[in-house]
Amino acid sequence: MDAIASNAPLVVFIVIGTIAVAASFLVVMMRNPVHSALFLLLTFLCVAVLFVIKAAEFVAAVQVLVYAGGIMVLFLFVVMLINVRHLPDEKMTTSYTLGGIGVGVAIFVLFFAVVRTGAYHDEAPNAAKKLTTVREQVLTQHPTDPNKLVRKWRAKDNRNAEAIGMALYRDYLVPFEVASLFLLVAMIGAIVIGKRELSALEEETAPDYMLERVETEKEVKDLVNAN
Amino acid sequence: MTWGDTIYLLPEIVISIGACLLLIAPVMRRGGGVVRASGAPSGGGARTAKWTMLAILVLTAVAVIASSGLVADVAQTKTFASMFALDSFAIFFKLLFIATMAMLVLLSDDYLAASRYSAWEYYSLLSFALCGMMFMVSGVHLAAIYIGLELLSLSSYILAGYFKNELKSTEAAMKYFVLGTVSSAILLYGISLIYGVTGTLNLMRIADAMSTLVTNDALMFGIMLLGAGLCFKIAAAPFHVWTPDVYEGAPTPITAFLSTASKSAAFAIFARIFYVGMHHFRLDWQVVLAIIAALSMIIGNLAAITQDNIKRMLAYSSIGHAGYVLLGIISVSEMGLYGVLVYSVVYVFATLGIWATVLMLSKHEYAGEQVSDFEGLHRRAPLWAFAMIIFLLSLGGIPPTAGFIGKYFLFYAAVGAGFGWLAIVAVLMSAVSMFFYFRIVMAMYLRDGDGQAEVVSSGGLKLVAAICLVVTLLFGILPGPLVEQAKISGGWVAKRVAANNAQR
Amino acid sequence: MTYSYLPILILLFVAAVLGAVFLSLNWILGRHQRNPSKLSPYESGVPLLDENRKRVNVRFYQIAMLFILFDIEAAFLYPWAVIYRSMISWYLFGEMLLFILLLGVGYVYVWKKRAFDWK
Repeated sequence: MDAIASNAPLVVFIVIGTIAVAASFLVVMMRNPVHSALFLLLTFLCVAVLFVIKAAEFVAAVQVLVYAGGIMVLFLFVVMLINVRHLPDEKMTTSYTLGGIGVGVAIFVLFFAVVRTGAYHDEAPNAAKKLTTVREQVLTQHPTDPNKLVRKWRAKDNRNAEAIGMALYRDYLVPFEVASLFLLVAMIGAIVIGKRELSALEEETAPDYMLERVETEKEVKDLVNAN
Repeated sequence: MTWGDTIYLLPEIVISIGACLLLIAPVMRRGGGVVRASGAPSGGGARTAKWTMLAILVLTAVAVIASSGLVADVAQTKTFASMFALDSFAIFFKLLFIATMAMLVLLSDDYLAASRYSAWEYYSLLSFALCGMMFMVSGVHLAAIYIGLELLSLSSYILAGYFKNELKSTEAAMKYFVLGTVSSAILLYGISLIYGVTGTLNLMRIADAMSTLVTNDALMFGIMLLGAGLCFKIAAAPFHVWTPDVYEGAPTPITAFLSTASKSAAFAIFARIFYVGMHHFRLDWQVVLAIIAALSMIIGNLAAITQDNIKRMLAYSSIGHAGYVLLGIISVSEMGLYGVLVYSVVYVFATLGIWATVLMLSKHEYAGEQVSDFEGLHRRAPLWAFAMIIFLLSLGGIPPTAGFIGKYFLFYAAVGAGFGWLAIVAVLMSAVSMFFYFRIVMAMYLRDGDGQAEVVSSGGLKLVAAICLVVTLLFGILPGPLVEQAKISGGWVAKRVAANNAQR
Repeated sequence: MTYSYLPILILLFVAAVLGAVFLSLNWILGRHQRNPSKLSPYESGVPLLDENRKRVNVRFYQIAMLFILFDIEAAFLYPWAVIYRSMISWYLFGEMLLFILLLGVGYVYVWKKRAFDWK
């Protein structure tokens, strides 16, 4: 039992890691883009589990919230916007495939060489020293029945989010504020590039159904003129 | 780390507030929020936006000069957990960026007024880009530098595609965005490997950690990825493929921005990161960067010969110039740092002058873009044609102009560091570059064009061209002040590194 | 260490096994009939009038993009709240105020640009 318990993270890593790699292969191999997107979701979730194994729970939560929650929605919208109907007819292997595999293998060899050196700095940086998530079971009273005791998990030393907070809001304060400027610029970009512009005349005269359906401003103009 | 440190970031704060103001002011007016395609936010609105932007830039410049009084001594320059340095090097570049940005505003004015796109967001995005550049050059910490770089890049992607109803502009933005984010990812991976090995992101401490290390694969891989990401940002040779398409498709003032301010900001961080952080392993990366520099100079200048579109020609020429600046970075010497500083100034002013001339030849939407548009210019606009010759000579590095001074420092630094062969390649390629620069001169003076490119020179364009002309000639004839300032600013970084190495 | 996640792992395992068992039971015990009506969306309904995957209006994308941006900003609030509880200071308060102010600038801009309006 001890052997299993001590090896549990390794076993989970191997299983989840295999699923992550297999799913990411399927992302590029699926013919239906929606299936690709769903396998990407699976990859994201597996990566979240890997983060948990490395005791980075906050990052895991963000991974699920932002990537699996938000970015996947964007991907699906893009798939539906483009709406490729006849992709299955096309050949999956082109002349680029061999080159792509070659580059992939080369990068794998490089990464393997890098990881194998194990030359990483072993001293954990200041805040991350406390990145442990020890939990203990405590006995507390049952909320309704005073004669019963219930066992509850309580975070004994869970300082994950705190460590990130410390790093982010004290050491990395200015980069954090610049990041908010960055998000602001992204928002401007979404509006400037993404928003369709209509003239006042077109807004008033074009009926709703027309605005719903037509895609380009030119078409709106043509329709308005035709009326 | 208290509120008191905030004073060191005063210029960045001023420009951020200005950027938000430019963003919010127009939409807060009655009915101003509705984006209208026709009926135009141009005209009066664009003029107000221009003056607001110029006022903000003046305030920022005042803040930079005021903050330069805080540069007391070498130990005093670190703020916010050793992430930003308010040093002479940063102030040099900040003032250069603000000057460039002010001239870009003058260049953009008519171009925007003729279009139907809002000037407010345009200037707001330019301000955010300036803010990003100022954070970048102040950064002495890889995370700070990276986030500043990303702020600059994201604004640039949007600006490249600002004329969204034009296919070329959208295509440019798309290519720039996809390749740019991939290169950012590569840069970030390099940074993470360096962090993994050294355990810190502060450039000084990275240098400290590296001085105790022997060469290992992870570190080398990290440095190479970091270098590759930065080479993409300065458009050096194997990573240059995006440049011609993006420069061609982007709105011309934005092309001017990408080829001047944005590029010199990337030069600055490239020089700082490699000079301060990586100098212990210079024997490992010097050769790689030398090959990249040689490739940039050869590919950039040779490919420029065949271009008929002047935006593409200048794009290839800017690839070649990235190669020249790499000479200064490779040499890892004070002379090289001076070269990077001097060359950034020289290159920015000469290039802006050329863009002013290109914008002046407005024939249609894609104005004055063919070399043939310059035919017979000496008759229609003799002064512009003369100014153009000076700018081209400066880019080519011919003596009476400032370009010569810049190249002198860079080539001298390369020879001093034992890269004589690279200096020879650089000299040869400068000769090649004169070939295609003279194609434009020949078109202007020796050919009588049909004069279809109409000359529309506004006050703003004239002012920019005049400033660029004066600066280019002045620093060519009297390089003293510029060189002195470069020696103070570049010497600052060198002194800090030397003090740090001596201390250990 | 991470043993507190054991229940989740067990849950995942049980879910996977249950799914696999039900599907394979179906396959083993059921009869295999292949005819065209099996492939139609409703065996006893009207045939499809149109494609099920139509082009989505581009506005959905814009709204999704804005959602992600605000989502990320919300994710930043969480670690701040955790440390603010333990060390209340005006400094921390001020920096988050600044963050939210910048967020607010973006929000006002998006609002005034009528990006939330459907038309």
